[in-house]
Amino acid sequence: MAAAAIGVLDTSHLNGGQKLAVKYYTVAIVLFVAQVLFGILAGLQFLYPDFLYGVLDFNVNRMVHINAMVVWMLMGFIGSVYWLLEDEAGTPVVGLKLGEIIFYVLTGAVAVVVLVYLFVQVGPGNDMTRWFINEGREYIEAPRWADIGIVVAVLTFFFNVVATVMKGRATGITGVLIADLLALFGLYLAGMFYTTNVSIDQYWWWWVIHLWVEATWEVLVGVIMAWALMTVLGTRRVVVQTWLYIEVALMFGSGILGLGHHYFWIGTPDYWFWIGGFFSALEPIPLVAMVVHAVYDSGAHKMRNSNHPTLGWVIAHAFGNFFGAGVWGFMHTLPQVNLYTHGTQWTTSHGHLAFFGAYATINIAMFYVAAQKLRGNVWMGAGIAGAWRWKWALFLLNAGMLTMTVALLASGYEQSFIERAIEGATWSGYFAGQSHPWFVQGMQWRMWGGWVMLLGLALLLWDLFTIGAGETRKAYSPSEDEAARTAA
Amino acid sequence: MSAAPWWASENAWKKIAIWVTGLSLVVLIFLTFDSMQQITAGGKRVPDYSVINQRIDYRFDDVRKYQVPVIGPEAPLFGKKVSAEEAEALVAHGKKTFQGRNCINCHTILGNGAYYAPDLTKAWLDPAWGAEAARESLMIEFLKNPDQNARTFGTGRKMAHLRVTDEEAKALVAYLKWVSSIDTNGFPYNFKTIQQGG
Repeated sequence: MAAAAIGVLDTSHLNGGQKLAVKYYTVAIVLFVAQVLFGILAGLQFLYPDFLYGVLDFNVNRMVHINAMVVWMLMGFIGSVYWLLEDEAGTPVVGLKLGEIIFYVLTGAVAVVVLVYLFVQVGPGNDMTRWFINEGREYIEAPRWADIGIVVAVLTFFFNVVATVMKGRATGITGVLIADLLALFGLYLAGMFYTTNVSIDQYWWWWVIHLWVEATWEVLVGVIMAWALMTVLGTRRVVVQTWLYIEVALMFGSGILGLGHHYFWIGTPDYWFWIGGFFSALEPIPLVAMVVHAVYDSGAHKMRNSNHPTLGWVIAHAFGNFFGAGVWGFMHTLPQVNLYTHGTQWTTSHGHLAFFGAYATINIAMFYVAAQKLRGNVWMGAGIAGAWRWKWALFLLNAGMLTMTVALLASGYEQSFIERAIEGATWSGYFAGQSHPWFVQGMQWRMWGGWVMLLGLALLLWDLFTIGAGETRKAYSPSEDEAARTAA
Repeated sequence: MSAAPWWASENAWKKIAIWVTGLSLVVLIFLTFDSMQQITAGGKRVPDYSVINQRIDYRFDDVRKYQVPVIGPEAPLFGKKVSAEEAEALVAHGKKTFQGRNCINCHTILGNGAYYAPDLTKAWLDPAWGAEAARESLMIEFLKNPDQNARTFGTGRKMAHLRVTDEEAKALVAYLKWVSSIDTNGFPYNFKTIQQGG
């Protein structure tokens, strides 16, 4: 079959794994939109509590908001792994048909779970509710049947990755990837049991949440970033792989015991104060390393790259990860501070910038890689028609998120002082904090940030579907360029 | 190009990554065994479920310099002392209701959850319930009809009507009473408790 012309949107430009990746990316984008929309609803309810009261209560909107986030990020990661797998292993993806079936099963399951969230919402306090409606544990609310489905789906995915690498070429990148995926899926099991003891419940719940988000997900995006820097900038493999190992050492070295910062107040012994405090204080270091790595490589290649929007989002990722996960996390990670900030809008501020900065950005960077290839590896450098769209989408999404982050932090400061330090976190103390004008102003500014993000998202979608259309130039190739310059 | 020094070599960092990860995991697993032992219900930090038969307070400790739970004399929930098995069943029903009614996506408990409604770690001890004698019935009434018994302190924010039954409300109260007895290393700090014991 002849490949379509450059600039024409056609999946014949892609290899098998990449075609499957595009499917994952499509669902990821739909869930990204859902995440933002339900976030807007939940944000509005802080300002107008009667809005949708009794129809879509805050707990429903918030649950869909955070679950859509977790799933779109995972789908983005799975998509990205399928995207780079054939290139990395040097052989077509093994078990692609199975991967395809699992994709549809997973997507169907996600749709059913969300419909139940929206229309059934809650259930009685028995085991049936936990199995079929809602598990009622933050981030992993998906009922147990869906948990089992997720485990089967990810095992299939894992099998495909391992089988492909075994058949083809093993690299440092695929080695780290396989070890990380194994940890990622193993950890999910830690969240799949019921216990009445809330301290034990939260202890293992954090194994899933923290060891995913602050360890295995970070390493996974390190893998994606390594591949992206090789592809977009032409950075040499030995450079990205050395950095990747440095990142793994620092990330796991700080992140695994950094888990202790979640064990200050849940009933666990107080030795976690210093273990959690010390190791989580180290957690920003690998994120600094990632910034240095990305910025240095961009400079070393004089910013010559094959895909401007992707490089833009990779840089946004490096800084967003460092500030959102690193700086914002560090600000309230020591127990002396966390005693007052734990469970306030501080956490929301950190959570928003960290998830966006660390994960949304790298997924969007990969969406642009896909958009480029879908049009036959089209030119995506300076002078591309309609470049204002990707630039403004990049700006609006980041500016909107920064506005939200700073606004939520202002509310968080007020909440931790008034509700926590002065009033002592009683019911009336909580509302004394929530009704204070300084808190409410933060919520209003957060809302403006949300609207700006929505606008940026609309622009991003428009751009992803149109960028490169009508362009006939082939993409700039950093590696060919380097070879030519070396020869000259 | 000359070979990279050892500290910049791919192979050295590969080994460091493996060793650091392995060592961290070993330490975590060791600490997990110790923590599990310390937070099993019935231990010093997390009391047995039958603690709902006793008065629970939260008082400043001069050595630790923050408030700690204090288990007081007998004060059965709903005026009826229950056996250890009955207590566990009641608290379990409460926990399952807490999960099934999706409480965590408005409230926090032990500080974890959502931030649309108050933290529930010490809800049992909250002075907003007024008098100790009225507390249990007020809590049950509130949980069953939160929209009609809303106390929003001027924010207009009401708890959602979650169709909580009488049995579930009682179980939730038992669950929250038990949770208030957990030693949380002084979280929440500076909490003012309801007047108990005359």
